[in-house]
Amino acid sequence: MPYVSFILGRLVKAALVLLAIVVLNFFLIHMAPGDPAAVMAGEAGATDQQFLDDLRERFGLDQPLPVQLWRYVSGVATLDFGYSYRQQMPVLELILDRLPATLLLTGTAFVISLALGVSAGVLAAMRAKHPSGSLIMVVALLFYATPLYWVAMMAVLVFSVLLGWLPAYGYSTVGADYQGLAHVGDVALHLILPATTLGLFFMAVYTRMTRASMLNAGQQDFVKTARAKGLAPGVIQRRHVLRNAVLPIITLAGLQAGQMVGGAVLTETVFAWPGIGRLMYEALMQRDYNLLLGIFFFCALLVIVFNMLTDLIYRLADPRIKEAR
Amino acid sequence: MSFFARFAQNRGALFGLLILVMVVALALLAPLLYPESPWRMVQRPFLAPGELSGFPLGTDTMGRDVAAGLAHGAWVSLLIGLISTLVALAIGVPLGALAGYFGGWIDDALMRITELFQTIPSFALAIVLVAIMSPSVGSVVAAISIVSWPPVARLVRGEFLSLKQREYVEAARLAGLGHWDLIVRQILPNALSPVIVLASLMIATAILLESSLSFLGLGDPDVMSWGYMIGAARTVMRQAWWLSVIPGVMILLTVLALNLVGEGLDDALNPQLARQRH
Repeated sequence: MPYVSFILGRLVKAALVLLAIVVLNFFLIHMAPGDPAAVMAGEAGATDQQFLDDLRERFGLDQPLPVQLWRYVSGVATLDFGYSYRQQMPVLELILDRLPATLLLTGTAFVISLALGVSAGVLAAMRAKHPSGSLIMVVALLFYATPLYWVAMMAVLVFSVLLGWLPAYGYSTVGADYQGLAHVGDVALHLILPATTLGLFFMAVYTRMTRASMLNAGQQDFVKTARAKGLAPGVIQRRHVLRNAVLPIITLAGLQAGQMVGGAVLTETVFAWPGIGRLMYEALMQRDYNLLLGIFFFCALLVIVFNMLTDLIYRLADPRIKEAR
Repeated sequence: MSFFARFAQNRGALFGLLILVMVVALALLAPLLYPESPWRMVQRPFLAPGELSGFPLGTDTMGRDVAAGLAHGAWVSLLIGLISTLVALAIGVPLGALAGYFGGWIDDALMRITELFQTIPSFALAIVLVAIMSPSVGSVVAAISIVSWPPVARLVRGEFLSLKQREYVEAARLAGLGHWDLIVRQILPNALSPVIVLASLMIATAILLESSLSFLGLGDPDVMSWGYMIGAARTVMRQAWWLSVIPGVMILLTVLALNLVGEGLDDALNPQLARQRH
């Protein structure tokens, strides 16, 4: 039963965080300069008085603030995120349409960054006193210090413009109309550059974390015991050190998920990848606040779902946690 | 060993400090070197670096001097990085201190708020905040501070939790010192060194954040910034690669320098930890 109550507890917490974000969204709309009706309509609608009056009527902007807040929250609870007057579509529909592309991009980038980052970190820790170990850390530091969007642009410059190996932008070849496997291959080819550039920054984060965590775990008493028992160094590293070093990495992976959604805005903008990050950029350009806040809500939702998953994985990876927490 | 000797032992940190001094010098000298507005069109567009003397880094799509943009951009990047870090410290340090010192329900309440802010995707929140407040130096600083204070609060809280148990604090309390004196005079000074290290890394992150916002067109439309220069060069990458490469290298060097200096400060301020690490 502890698992059920644990999951229930997490769900309640997640719901509270989501509620807080919806309330934050509501106040953000009210913080914007001018009338919330004008904000919702975007700059285009702001000149049409009749349109604004209709909006005020519909959203009850003449009502007291708590009543407005209640309406807004119950609207979101029934998945009503309002209407994008710029794109002439409900916000929810626009977002759901773009969500799969973002999940594909961030998911791939996440796997790349975790796999490469943890391996590089383990390698750097095992060769901590060797030049090759230092070299890994220098490369990691470089990627850590480079703007994500700039790495993306440089990747386009090198691999698309100069070498002509990979497509520079888009989700699939325009007009090619591939079917079946050919389509999958085409999308995969378009995915390589955006997913790798998005993954590289986070790879650097995992590399640094894994190395520090491995070195730290390597100094614990149980490692000395294992060494005294005469276990092979490789076995000690794998079974004793890595097994313990992996816990802070899981925690970090949960925290980084949110950053990755943010990074997707930049990557998708550079590569014209049709996900919600690109949609956010379009909403920004058009000052489409309803859409912007809807996307913001979904970004937060993704992060919360991901954090819950990492919590579950953490419990599986660390058998010491039973009833605690 | 003195603070400086320990800092100087880390060669990376010295290298970082050297770069940082050069960037700061560039920023401070910008109004002298390029008294004209960096937005002014001074030559024909798309001059390559070195093509015309007087324009060592060439001109951009509108015929503006790239070197002038870099110098003025250095000023803006450092200024926004520094101020938003100070504001984030001004939010995070008191919250963390109160939570760690008093504990109990105050700690619970403050840490729930901190956790909430850590859950919200920070870059997305920064975008929304700047878009709603409309882009300006003030709104960019506000947005960066709002998304970057939670780690400060958590760090300071942790320091306070362990320091308030120490005997010297107990002695000060028995001597009749009030909460205010205990927090500000006794505990805070001893909690500062990890905060200083974190702050140097936060300036680096703030510079990256500011450049990302400017790249998306959310920078102050009146000030030249590196991120804006890269964003404006995006569509002409094939014709004029230098327009995006040069400002990008500047950001990379500055952020790298701050990270290296941060690591050096960590070694110098927390020598026991540093010895364990190496």
